[in-house]
Amino acid sequence: MKTKNKKSSETGFFATLFTVSNSGEPQARRDPTWMRILLSIIAFSFLFGFLFVPLIAVFSEALSNGWRVYCALFIQEDALAALRLSLLTAAIAVPANVLFGVAAAWAITKFDFKGKSILVTLIDLPFAISPVIAGLVFVLIFGRHGWLPEQELGNFLAPLAALSRKAADAGFFEDIFRALTSWLDEPRIIFGVPGIVLATIFVSFPFVARELVPLMQSQGRDEEYAAITLGANGWQTFWRVTLPNIKWGLFYGIILCNARAMGEFGAVSVVSGKIRSETNTLPLHVEILYNEYNSAAAFAVASLLAMLAIVTLGLKSFVEWKTTRT
Amino acid sequence: MFPRLKKHTVMPGFGMTLGFTLFYLSLIVLIPLSAVFIRAGGLSWHSFVDVAFSARELAAYRVTFLASLAAAMVNAAFGLVLAWVLVRYPFRGRRVIDALVDLPFALPTAVAGISLTAIYGKNGWIGRWIDPEGDMFLRFLSANGLLGDCTGYGFAGIRVAYTELGIFVAMTFIGLPFVVRTLQPVIEELEPEMEEAAATLGATRLQTLSKVILPELMPALLTGFALAFARALGEYGSIIFIAGNQPGKTEIVPLRILTKLEESNASAAHTPYAEATAVAAIMLVASFILLLLINLLQKWSRRHHAH
Repeated sequence: MKTKNKKSSETGFFATLFTVSNSGEPQARRDPTWMRILLSIIAFSFLFGFLFVPLIAVFSEALSNGWRVYCALFIQEDALAALRLSLLTAAIAVPANVLFGVAAAWAITKFDFKGKSILVTLIDLPFAISPVIAGLVFVLIFGRHGWLPEQELGNFLAPLAALSRKAADAGFFEDIFRALTSWLDEPRIIFGVPGIVLATIFVSFPFVARELVPLMQSQGRDEEYAAITLGANGWQTFWRVTLPNIKWGLFYGIILCNARAMGEFGAVSVVSGKIRSETNTLPLHVEILYNEYNSAAAFAVASLLAMLAIVTLGLKSFVEWKTTRT
Repeated sequence: MFPRLKKHTVMPGFGMTLGFTLFYLSLIVLIPLSAVFIRAGGLSWHSFVDVAFSARELAAYRVTFLASLAAAMVNAAFGLVLAWVLVRYPFRGRRVIDALVDLPFALPTAVAGISLTAIYGKNGWIGRWIDPEGDMFLRFLSANGLLGDCTGYGFAGIRVAYTELGIFVAMTFIGLPFVVRTLQPVIEELEPEMEEAAATLGATRLQTLSKVILPELMPALLTGFALAFARALGEYGSIIFIAGNQPGKTEIVPLRILTKLEESNASAAHTPYAEATAVAAIMLVASFILLLLINLLQKWSRRHHAH
């Protein structure tokens, strides 16, 4: 594998494409030259037309009115509010799913128990489900006609509201508890930030677990057994033995989870209500601007998300490079 | 803690990690999802059929299903070629191309949606060449343009944005990585002896590819196809911008769910949310069947490569 890569970097793209005798493959595994050229052309035009063009178009459209207009779009209050909400959402959803992913991977890979394969399938469930349904389920629970509508939730949370008010009155973290009290008095989930966070957690749910389970499975349990035999407790074993082994896989899962959390559109659009500067995430803001025929502004915000996607892909390749090298 | 559930081990943390996993899974996924079926179950069988299979819904199922199928097939064909080229033809910059394949996973769907709409609209980079109203199309490729002047014939033009074809294009975009990513590891692990044996026995390269390699890749190819199909069925964000959303024509099922939900939010119906959940239940059952199929395919694939 390594020598093949080295070879390709010496000969270069076109040279490799058109060279028959210099390829590292043995004769029996090598496609005829005409086939190499034909398949490469098909593959690259497909990739170019379907992936590269849409990516470039985002930046081209965003800059269609010039650099200055582009920059001015970012200091708009609505866009900044949307950015803040997207960051807040990711800041809650990602750690929650990391905690879950690590716990699930530990349970699944370190123990043998009945129903394990069912559990693994259930964890993948959010991938198979339409994002619109992911949003819908929370409306069914917390919506106006749901199981736990705001009014009832308010009654349910009333004791907590009273407690929080007491804490605020006592001057204990006053700002935080005042904000908490005002939310607990009129708890708003659908068309509010909590709904957005819940929907985001749902759709970005499997990423970390999915990355960690195969990785920890392949690493086996021997090192953990050794640590425990030598007298380490569970936490020590996890922090000092398991975590260093899985850190790149975990990082990989976090990047993917974060990209999905920041970029989710369908599920969030069902629960958000799209109130500008309040319940508007970046992808929703793109839609609002686009539907207002403010195409340049929509693409400017979109370009920010596209840059996030590029960074995600870059970090992803970096992790892959890092892990295949060792 | 669970004496009969697990085998005895000195490894700590079983109760805590499994307990938390099940709690979180139930809270975030299982209980909310059960709400769909419980709500849909509130409808009588007749009204469920009426709601879930009205003419407008049937049209939505039809266009969503057919476009997903077409997109998954195109992805299977091109994904196979792409995966083969990426694994077998080493070239400079492969890492960058390889990373780009994951773009549809990383790019938010709304961004993909408006970008594709801009490209395939009549003033877009591709649209202006193929749309019946595109300026480059009229100038060069139409019967009244350069081509028509020279040959007497011209193309009729293809409208992509705001048609079924637009839905297909968006679904192809978002399903692209699945086939490539399921095939890549399998191609990498193909045993060299197989191809060498075929060559020694006198097979041409084309025969080796079609009769030895392709059957070997089939389980993974089908898995990738099913994954791309499942993703396309549920996709919302990238499609609504380019679809045009004409009732009965280019409305996709997820949009129908959303529209019905918004209707019931506005009105105080007798069975609120029932209409949206009826359609959602149909979609969920389709997703579950696909998930089951994908699991079976993966098992088959693993068995296939075990010997």
